[in-house]
Amino acid sequence: MSKIVDARGLSCPQPVILALNAIRAGKETELEVLVDTETSRENVSRAASSQGWEMVSVSPEDDGYRMVIRKK
Amino acid sequence: MEGLKNLFSTRWGIVGVGVLIGILASLLQKLGNPGNMGICVACFERDIAGGLGLHRAAVVQYLRPEIFGFVLGSLGAAYLFREFRPRMGSAPVVRFVLGVFAMIGALVFLGCPWRAALRLAGGDGSAVFGLLGLIGGIWLGTLFLRGGYSLGRNNASYTAAGWMFPLIIVGLLTLRVLFPPLEGQEKSGVLFYSLKGPGAMYASLAVSLGIGLVVGFFAQRSRFCTMGAIRDFILFRQTHLLSGFVALVAAAFVANLFFSQFHPGFAGQPVAHTMQLWNFLGMALAGLAFALAGGCPGRQLFLAGEGDGDAAVFVLGMITGAAIAHNFGLASSPAGVGPHGVASVIVGFAACLFIGFTMRRKIS
Repeated sequence: MSKIVDARGLSCPQPVILALNAIRAGKETELEVLVDTETSRENVSRAASSQGWEMVSVSPEDDGYRMVIRKK
Repeated sequence: MEGLKNLFSTRWGIVGVGVLIGILASLLQKLGNPGNMGICVACFERDIAGGLGLHRAAVVQYLRPEIFGFVLGSLGAAYLFREFRPRMGSAPVVRFVLGVFAMIGALVFLGCPWRAALRLAGGDGSAVFGLLGLIGGIWLGTLFLRGGYSLGRNNASYTAAGWMFPLIIVGLLTLRVLFPPLEGQEKSGVLFYSLKGPGAMYASLAVSLGIGLVVGFFAQRSRFCTMGAIRDFILFRQTHLLSGFVALVAAAFVANLFFSQFHPGFAGQPVAHTMQLWNFLGMALAGLAFALAGGCPGRQLFLAGEGDGDAAVFVLGMITGAAIAHNFGLASSPAGVGPHGVASVIVGFAACLFIGFTMRRKIS
């Protein structure tokens, strides 16, 4: 079970900050990030790839997305 | 549609939108808008406040159709790409206060980040101090963000609630159409008009609205944000949005050269003053308020168009702030800062710092 970062309903740039904090904490190699807008999805995806993480899957969920990202 | 969807989140997508906005802004100046003010979200919302009689500064009264286009263009793009999401409830009254002081700061400088960029592209050297202030204010905002500053989560709402702000915009546009400016008349129906000054300088309704719609559409797609451009670079060393902002300045500069609108210098620039400390501090206050609210004034309009009711409250705060700024003598003029401009910047910083220090959650 990977750690879940719930960034739903938060203004920019908090979804990215939360995701990066989890990535940089270094404890996980896989994270689930919940977002509720396209913008947050794009921003988190861009930030993850800048840290050398890849997008494993994005699935629609509750008017938003569940993103799974993994360290390459 | 999916390919088109991704196109605008690429580097070339955001650069293309920046270039487009830069050229269209310069063109708006050529077609009648005030100097270095092809697009200025703060100035235009201030003019709208004047057109409605919320303040009575005679030289800045006009219902600017560009603003209506921004919101409705974004609304159209959001519907077309299934991104219209009615959402609200993230500390709205705080966002209102941030909007008020963002406007007050912007009117001490005489422009929002969009206009700071256009002033630079038109050769106004004082814009440099405004842009430095903007960077300083946003930097301050990033310290709060790093420390866990948050206005909390919003909630999904009714479709009709998401439509509330776009409907206000439709109402204002209807007033503008019903009561057009009349030659030599200060009033047309319920609306106030300027007979001289920047409020009397405007491109035609069709041009202003058309360009506004185009900008609103593409800005929604690309998430164009002048504050985010600087914020993301400071916070993450990320240059995505920044490349769009730089492209805007470069394109407006080239277009200004083409239209003979580039006039380098400090003194005598259109709708600007040279009290550089207050250019710096006014924009620093605005930058801090935008950073705490999560978007530049343009981005707040685009968000409001895609159903974000909190962004709409920020915009209403800005319009109210414009009324306060002119009624209380806070706004600057080409002669310099207003009689109470200095005090308002101090109060604004106190309010924004209070918000920044007190509203943070524990980072899990």
